Amino acid sequence: MSEALHAEWTKLRTLPGTVWILLGILALTVGLGAVVTATVRYGGPGTSTDLTRLSLTGIELSQAMVAVFAVQAVGGEYSSGMIRVTLTAMPRRWTVLGAKAIVTGGLTLAVGAAGVAGALLAGRILLLANGFTAAHGFSALTPADGPTLRAAIGSALYLALVALLSLGIAAALREPAVAIGAVLGLLYLFPLVVGMVQNQSWHRHLEQIGPMTAGLEIQATVNTGGLPISPWAGLGVLALWAVGSLGCGGLALVLRDA
Amino acid sequence: MTTATVPPPYRSDLKLGNDGFVQLLHAEWTKFRTVRGWVVAAAVAVAVMALISISAATGGKGANCVNGKCQRGPSDPIGPYGVSVTDSFYFVHQTLDGDGSITARISSLTDAIQPDPQGQGGAPPAGASVPWAKAGIIVKQSTTLGSQYAAVMATVGNGVRMQYNYEHDVAGNLGAASSASPAWLRLVRSGTTLTGYDSADGTHWTEIGTADLTGLASTVQVGLFATSPGYNDNQYVFGGLNSDSFNSLATAQFDNLALGGGWSGDAWNGDAIGGADGQYQQTGSGFTVQGGNGDITPDVPDDDTARLALSGAFAGLIALIVIAAMFMTTEYRRGLLRTTLAASPRRGRVLAAKAVVVGAVSFAVGLVAAAVSVPVFNRLWSPDAFYPVGALTEARVVLGTAALLAVVAVFTLALATLMRRSTAVITTVIILVIMPYFLATTSVLTPGPSDWLLRLTPAAGFAIQQTIPRFAQLTNVYTPTDGFYPLAPWSGFAVLCAYTAVALGAALLVLRRRDA
Repeated sequence: MSEALHAEWTKLRTLPGTVWILLGILALTVGLGAVVTATVRYGGPGTSTDLTRLSLTGIELSQAMVAVFAVQAVGGEYSSGMIRVTLTAMPRRWTVLGAKAIVTGGLTLAVGAAGVAGALLAGRILLLANGFTAAHGFSALTPADGPTLRAAIGSALYLALVALLSLGIAAALREPAVAIGAVLGLLYLFPLVVGMVQNQSWHRHLEQIGPMTAGLEIQATVNTGGLPISPWAGLGVLALWAVGSLGCGGLALVLRDA
Repeated sequence: MTTATVPPPYRSDLKLGNDGFVQLLHAEWTKFRTVRGWVVAAAVAVAVMALISISAATGGKGANCVNGKCQRGPSDPIGPYGVSVTDSFYFVHQTLDGDGSITARISSLTDAIQPDPQGQGGAPPAGASVPWAKAGIIVKQSTTLGSQYAAVMATVGNGVRMQYNYEHDVAGNLGAASSASPAWLRLVRSGTTLTGYDSADGTHWTEIGTADLTGLASTVQVGLFATSPGYNDNQYVFGGLNSDSFNSLATAQFDNLALGGGWSGDAWNGDAIGGADGQYQQTGSGFTVQGGNGDITPDVPDDDTARLALSGAFAGLIALIVIAAMFMTTEYRRGLLRTTLAASPRRGRVLAAKAVVVGAVSFAVGLVAAAVSVPVFNRLWSPDAFYPVGALTEARVVLGTAALLAVVAVFTLALATLMRRSTAVITTVIILVIMPYFLATTSVLTPGPSDWLLRLTPAAGFAIQQTIPRFAQLTNVYTPTDGFYPLAPWSGFAVLCAYTAVALGAALLVLRRRDA
């Protein structure tokens, strides 16, 4: 397994696009969060805003880059024919998929953690400047706050799980264009469709099973009692999606000619 | 000895092939329709778009529906243009028969925001005011709700206005009325034409505008009015809008009342029209009129069929983006582009033919999806369930949505020519087109950034789906979440077209310069 990991790490490390895409994930996570926190203003007494969640808005955008990163890790091998070399060198296909999942997921987790830290730091500075001060009853964002720490760790894990979800889908579908369409469709269409469903109980159930709607509840720090699903359970739903998709992708990889 | 005869060189007896644009289109269309995956994806796009559009209506979305039964309630008066209006104000009136005029001076107009009677929302924020609290003179067909009217009024925050028949609002020449700078208002009725004037001193009058109230009866109700919409304390939080509503009461001091023409000479009657609050007092030649908890405006409802029946467009769009990207990137990946360019060396034409084919397919996807979802929608809901938008608007939304899909597909094709890698292209287009729409319409962002996203990104094109008109004189929540786009339908669409034109130009340049 360690040889497989080393091989996958070498492949990923030596691709010229990898650095750029990882920088892109970092920039989008911090950048969109900074834009959002720079434009929000304290609106007088009674303002109840989830500042942590606001600072971490960038995740909603950077997950698209994560999806590209993970889809390319598998789909790129199919479009170039490299997959045949890979499977000749490492005939145990579950091992190949596992090594890819560990390397891609681990790298995403590391970059995601850096992005989350940057976004929270930017949010802390910008929100204070915009009137969300202690005088108005807001405390500055800090990792010492339990829910904020949970949201930060959870957001990095969220990105890693999105990478695993994308990896599985790409292994199952092989064609990178179709895979990226499917992943982004699954992530972004779900909340849009849920938003249109007016029936309250259906709305709630759909929010509980959507990979993005459930997974991102990990970012909630205020009014957590009113969430459709509790933060960690929501991340668990996304983990189920990731495991399911990796399972399907692995089965397809094992049963099918490369 | 025989002389050797040189055989004539071989000439194929097949006719010379045409290499016109039509043949090129035919070739590209053949490429498209023979890839089974793309045809399936186009069918999926139709199905997804129609299904999501139809499901948008489930669960009692109809604005006037209770338990699945839809009808306009008696509280929704129908205005002169056949759509529901708000008609609620305090009216101090007399009967006028035939032509005549009314003149009055307003020396003060104030609005008082009432604390929430239930005490739930707390007090209104300090310094809050209702800019559209109004008082003035009005000529109205009758006291029936929704009847025609024309009025000249002072407002708290928008100066003197002339408004008529709910939808029309013309700015006057004066600012806010106060004892230091009172506002003189005059309304002259001649047949069915009403002309509004304002003046700062009562001698020099300036015309504001004229209203032609077709079919106005000879006998009308004329007098003074005051009303004020409520105050909404809106706060945008992650995932939605928190709104606290407060009633507001406008108080106006009138004097120098002068009447001309066929007045009845009866006593003044004070009536609260349409459930408004209010009262009046006559002191010598002056009047104090109070009115609140109402307004005289169009009624802008939540939803309408045309927009909802096509609200799944973004879902079909993702499938079309994938198709359009692959239509170009597979040419590069499989080396087919070399064959294509050998057969048709004029590269601009190749790009044009591909754009026409992929655009036409996407347009057809939009039309077929609309042909399914609009009739189903109209069958599911009674006509009273939604705001009636009219055939022209409906046609604009249906054709515009199809055009939106087509232009985004061409945009994708152009980017695919530039970038050549399908994952990069698809992600770029989704980030530029779907993401802003997602961020702006699901309340992830506050209205400010949302509006800018829908002005500056290609997602501005979704404005083509806007159906409900927005009125400056109506206090409402005009956010993308509620179906209001910052740009007018065709200007938004023009933004998308501009992006596409630039991308196509760059693609043409690169395709010509680069080795295939």
